Amino acid sequence: MAVLTYIESLQGQVKKASLEALSEAKRLATVRGGDVAAVVVGCGLDAVVEQVKKIGPAKIFTVDNDAVKDYQSEGHTAAVKKAAEEFGAEAILIAATTVGRDLAPRVAASMNVMFLPDVIGLNAEGSDIIAKRPVYAGKVLLNIKAHMFPVVMTTRPNVFAVEEADGAGEVVAIDAPFDAKTTIVETRMASADRPDVAEADVIVAGGRGLKDEEHFKLVEELADALGAAVGASRPVVDSGWRPHSEQVGQTGKTVGPTLYFAAGISGAIQHIAGMRTSKTIVAINKDADAPIFKIADYGIVGDALEVLPAITQALKK
Amino acid sequence: MKIAVLVKLVPDTASQIKLNDDKSWIDERDLSWVLNPYDEYAVEEALKLAEANSGEVTVYSYGTDQVVEGLRKALAMGAHKAVHVQKAGALDLLGTANAYKNAMKDEGYDLIFTGFKSTDDDCPAVGPMLATLLDIPCITEVSKLEVADGKVKAEKDIEGGSVVIEAGLPCVITAQKGLNDPRYPSLKGIMMAKKKPVDQVVVDVTESRVDLVGFVYPPERAAGKIVGEGVEAVPELVRLLREEAKVIE
Repeated sequence: MAVLTYIESLQGQVKKASLEALSEAKRLATVRGGDVAAVVVGCGLDAVVEQVKKIGPAKIFTVDNDAVKDYQSEGHTAAVKKAAEEFGAEAILIAATTVGRDLAPRVAASMNVMFLPDVIGLNAEGSDIIAKRPVYAGKVLLNIKAHMFPVVMTTRPNVFAVEEADGAGEVVAIDAPFDAKTTIVETRMASADRPDVAEADVIVAGGRGLKDEEHFKLVEELADALGAAVGASRPVVDSGWRPHSEQVGQTGKTVGPTLYFAAGISGAIQHIAGMRTSKTIVAINKDADAPIFKIADYGIVGDALEVLPAITQALKK
Repeated sequence: MKIAVLVKLVPDTASQIKLNDDKSWIDERDLSWVLNPYDEYAVEEALKLAEANSGEVTVYSYGTDQVVEGLRKALAMGAHKAVHVQKAGALDLLGTANAYKNAMKDEGYDLIFTGFKSTDDDCPAVGPMLATLLDIPCITEVSKLEVADGKVKAEKDIEGGSVVIEAGLPCVITAQKGLNDPRYPSLKGIMMAKKKPVDQVVVDVTESRVDLVGFVYPPERAAGKIVGEGVEAVPELVRLLREEAKVIE
């Protein structure tokens, strides 16, 4: 099976989620027999191509021009479609980031093929592919059979392992003309001091138990001691204490970091759905019966306002 | 200004989701159904624009007769017209986008809104797919929108920041949380919604490309331990994170 992976990059740095997708593409191609290619889109791509080579795709397509420097929907869609046609792709994998969620459905619609979003497992069954994806924010999982190819899939970040390999093949420059319907007028990046909650390896999340917007500085201090992202529960976001970009849960982000602290979060079903795949969960809550303790690996029954700074202090020792 | 909004009826996000006996579908008994939260933002934004521009809002929903309840909820918020696109066989995402395209035919909407995803199947797809089929622009996951002089200016969050994107009309906008605070339907709105007609549309569909194999429950998390109470438990917690879980240095 010929598998193409779209590589997302920002300022010369490939997104880890794209390397995960490319590594999974290699595993799928190995099981089914076939080659893997990557398509890299942007302006000045040498550094990006070098990072992609480490995963060892047989071919790297590049669309290198100023018009697609940033993620421009129509331009990147045209690039992936063109690379898919050149390569004869039977499956196209795209990481399920903000960019991937915008790009993948357009690629599928423009190629008139099937789309499976947010896949967390891929298996071959005869000539079919069985994809596993969470639905209802992960409260249940759905197995779907793809039996018509090509198929476009997005892969959930932090699920598939990155595997380096030799054997990177030729770099092929292609042109993919497009009709721009949207214009990016401004890109604002927040301070890079803290990682984004969707990409972070460690998250410190706070809820109503913090009692006041001001007290979130205790969450921020622990987050900074760990190099972690700050997360928030829905009630805290709905009260305007924290921005929606930090919300974890069914109407926020679904995350699966290595370590997740839930401080003053009781564990509403919508919140748990968004973080239950975290590898290690620590819960701090005054109420010993709070549902969060049922899924936490380690719990402390106590006031988050006292326990959080004590953890921050202990880590500094 | 003519505005369309695509809506979906979904189980309340507070619902426990159980599977039926053969795990071929979810058990729909005992579920309470609501308008997809992201579609509520879409309806609200459409209503606000219609109010400011003497426009008209038509809501569409694809599915079985059950989805009419979702249309009524949108009508109760203030939408002017409703169209039920009848479900004809199993459809995949692209099939659904095509069904909406066919149902809208020559209406010539200036703006089409929908939630960026629905909280049931979690598929962020139909909005950008419909735009691609209609060959018009689409801005996804919009949390701030301005419409003026035949153009839209939309802001969306990206990992670690935000972008501002412009496009001409007609345009598809998919709504993210933060776009607005959806209104609650008034009692009068609810009463009027019961009387408003819901148009029925049947569309030609292509064969579904998707085969559902079945559902499974996610693996249970093993029960953890309570390390202790209050700040006294902190040294032990830190030791466990370092030595047992090995997740911090």
